[in-house]
Amino acid sequence: MRALQFRRNLPKYAAAMVAGGVVPGLGARVGPLRLADVDEPDLPGPGWRRIRPRLAGICGSDLSTIDGKSSRYFEPIVSFPFVPGHEIVADSDLGRVVVEPVLSCLPRGIDPPCSFCAAGLTGSCQNIALGELESGLQIGYCADTGGGWSTAMVAHESQLHAVPDAMSDEAAVMVEPAACAVHAARRPAVDQPETVVVLGAGTVGLCTIAAVRRHLRPGTLIASAKHPDQRKLAVELGADVVVEPGEVRRAVRRMSRSPMVGDSVGEGAEVVFDCVGSAGSIDDAIAVVRPREHVVLVGMPGRVALDLTGLWHKEVRLAGAYAYGQESTGERTFDLAFDLVRDADLGRLVSATYTLDRYRDAIDHAANAGARGAVKVVFDLRGERNR
Amino acid sequence: MSRPGFVLEVDRSTPPILFHHGEGFRLERLPAGSRVVYPAEPVAPLKDPDAAIRHALLNPVGDSQPLPSLLHSGMKLTIAMDNQAVPLPPMQQPDNRQRVIEIVLDMAAAAGVDDVELIVAHGLHRRQTEAELRHMLGDRIYDAFAPHGMLTQHDAEDHDNLILVGRTEQGEHVELNKRAVTSDLLIYVNVNLVAMDGGHKSTMTGISSYRSLKHHHNVTGMQHSRSFMDPPNSELHNSTWRMGRLLADAVKIFQIETTVNTDTFPSQFAFLQKREWEWSARDRASYFGVSKSLERVPPRIARSIFHGIKSPQKMTSVQAGEVEAVHKITLENVHRQHLVPVQGQADVLTMGLPYVGPYNVNSVLNPLLVMCLGLGYFFNLYRGKPLVRQGGVVILSHPTRWEFHPVHHPSYIDFFEQVLTETTDPLEIEKKFEDDFATDPWYIHLYRNSYAYHGVHAFYMWYWGAHALQHVGQVIIVGGEPRAVRRMGFKPASTLRDALEMAEDVVGRNPSITHIHNPPIFLADVT
Repeated sequence: MRALQFRRNLPKYAAAMVAGGVVPGLGARVGPLRLADVDEPDLPGPGWRRIRPRLAGICGSDLSTIDGKSSRYFEPIVSFPFVPGHEIVADSDLGRVVVEPVLSCLPRGIDPPCSFCAAGLTGSCQNIALGELESGLQIGYCADTGGGWSTAMVAHESQLHAVPDAMSDEAAVMVEPAACAVHAARRPAVDQPETVVVLGAGTVGLCTIAAVRRHLRPGTLIASAKHPDQRKLAVELGADVVVEPGEVRRAVRRMSRSPMVGDSVGEGAEVVFDCVGSAGSIDDAIAVVRPREHVVLVGMPGRVALDLTGLWHKEVRLAGAYAYGQESTGERTFDLAFDLVRDADLGRLVSATYTLDRYRDAIDHAANAGARGAVKVVFDLRGERNR
Repeated sequence: MSRPGFVLEVDRSTPPILFHHGEGFRLERLPAGSRVVYPAEPVAPLKDPDAAIRHALLNPVGDSQPLPSLLHSGMKLTIAMDNQAVPLPPMQQPDNRQRVIEIVLDMAAAAGVDDVELIVAHGLHRRQTEAELRHMLGDRIYDAFAPHGMLTQHDAEDHDNLILVGRTEQGEHVELNKRAVTSDLLIYVNVNLVAMDGGHKSTMTGISSYRSLKHHHNVTGMQHSRSFMDPPNSELHNSTWRMGRLLADAVKIFQIETTVNTDTFPSQFAFLQKREWEWSARDRASYFGVSKSLERVPPRIARSIFHGIKSPQKMTSVQAGEVEAVHKITLENVHRQHLVPVQGQADVLTMGLPYVGPYNVNSVLNPLLVMCLGLGYFFNLYRGKPLVRQGGVVILSHPTRWEFHPVHHPSYIDFFEQVLTETTDPLEIEKKFEDDFATDPWYIHLYRNSYAYHGVHAFYMWYWGAHALQHVGQVIIVGGEPRAVRRMGFKPASTLRDALEMAEDVVGRNPSITHIHNPPIFLADVT
């Protein structure tokens, strides 16, 4: 089968790190990612099924990996070589399915499950390097499962969600990022807050805006967006005020009608979702959040240098929001995500599709999506040979 | 005798025309057939201004007694004065206000008046620093009054010290500084730089509250002020006159108005006062020396050089007494200096904007102030009809950097970032955003305790251009930072030639062009 494969190759990884540091996406040209004919993965055990991806998205975490920017935190929880791609809509013997990629206790054949999986919190599974599979926190980072950037892969039946006939492939491929956003929106235990801020308006940011509007129902939702198309989409998805990233502190100050204390907003927002994950965005988040309230890191931050004095002084609650599972209401995040994709028409965020042959162009497009008026770039496997 | 202003028709022998361009200048070749409106040369100043002041105080006009007969022991006397928004640039010492107030204080002392308070009539402008006050009033006045709290700066948000005088028949609230209104005599001292200034507008803007100001500082009023430099045809003035008359019925007011000539720039910038074909070798050398030097220094340094300029303009008249009678004479004196007859409108109006306007003394002429200076003040420097036809194009020349003074103009930054991204329509802006900004406690805090313009002041900058925005078809800024220019809904152009080509898309081929050679200031009398 044809697949984009990421191998352990330190010199190439170093080259990707240098190239990706200069031009985002350039790591695809010099790094360890390659298009290859490889064997289809074996079925790891009972309950596993072979599926054939139709569309597979390119995520920010994929781009970090390709450009050599991933945190070393991931070293023990990935296995090489792996086929990237965890935003997947695929054909299976059950029909069209969306994959919930977390490789938790159940797919790993671990029984009894860890306390988190037992509670339905599969995103917090502590056995992601154990069991019948090689290490891998998700499909797309595990050597045994393959990934979405290929013509074939395997997934456990517990990971498969049937796609309604009325839902297009483009909408279905947005279910996984939408699930991340729903989980993030549900992360702080607040309802109808006065002011919420979403920093960043890439795929994660836009999905989070849509999720926050529907799940938190804030009085005012302020979003930051770099590019004109992002601004337009942010408003369409539920932002009341959209500003440029450098303007967010003043916007929050004005909307909250509070004083400034140095560079920090005195009253600020009850919840800030950081969908960028840079030192600057986290710094902004801490500056604009109301004392004792919530900053949620939705975008994968990696290694950043921060002055945390403000966090300490304002007693800010800093939380991560990773993946999905079961929310506190007992609902499965993916079920809520299907609703969000349909209600907010998130399929429109798919801006471009590429074949595997053009993976370098695809990565380049995805790495510069905002500036090029795009949001989600996906691989289209529907016409691939050997599928 | 000074030569009057006039209109030059450009031909092939006309040298390049000087355009102000922020903290710099440009020499531009205008197409043959273009017209350039030149200001009058500075009229002769008063030979003995102090004697003229005494004469005015002793021989008031209108229904007013001489000042000494209004002063008596045990009375409460308040002297309010224009702030540093006029004249521009700030004048060399002694400022007109210092001259007048020193003589008034001498008379008050002679009459045994000891309850005297001075109020700088800021309206919603920022407070002045000690250095700025000392420059405006002189050390003697400052040292005698400021340390004792008797030199104050009007605070439009100090509700304990505001008083509602009443409401006009049109329902306009006249709410003013309590000290001024409850005095036995209110003396107002002004510097009438342009025809918009003075009269009842002085008190109605300078010592009033936001509640009062909004009756005349609003979009509809500005759109019906044609122009606000021509009081009989200005809704701004109609409103302030109604309100001012109500005040005059309640308080004894003695108005002292002064005018200045247009001797605007000191000798090292003498070329700015001259017509280009009359530049001497020394003027040309000065121009090139100054221009080249300014190009080599960062804008911050250039700005500091320019804001160090103190204008040599001199007092040309002083009149005192009843407000309206005084102001009638004042306007005649302003017109004597400023009026330039111009026949007909043009398709395209060009103007070079300098580094300073009324709201950025010792500060940054930010993009909103560029808009206000160009489409507010300069566009409205007409009587009769605008210099540019309905649907025509205005071309401004200014660097228009995305740069704001964070202390002086905090609400301007938010207005620029958060309001103009939604709409540039003045009426929509007024309806949707004004109240929110005007009542924001943080802006109020900064206005009262720091050196910030009031939160609503940024809106007034936009409203000041509302008539022009309604009138013209397009606004182009030459040499402006594209991002900042576009944020305001205007078009950027690199050169004047590009701008003129762009203008042709709106007004057609071979448009008629009028350039206003300003400053020094003039008022076009367009027929």
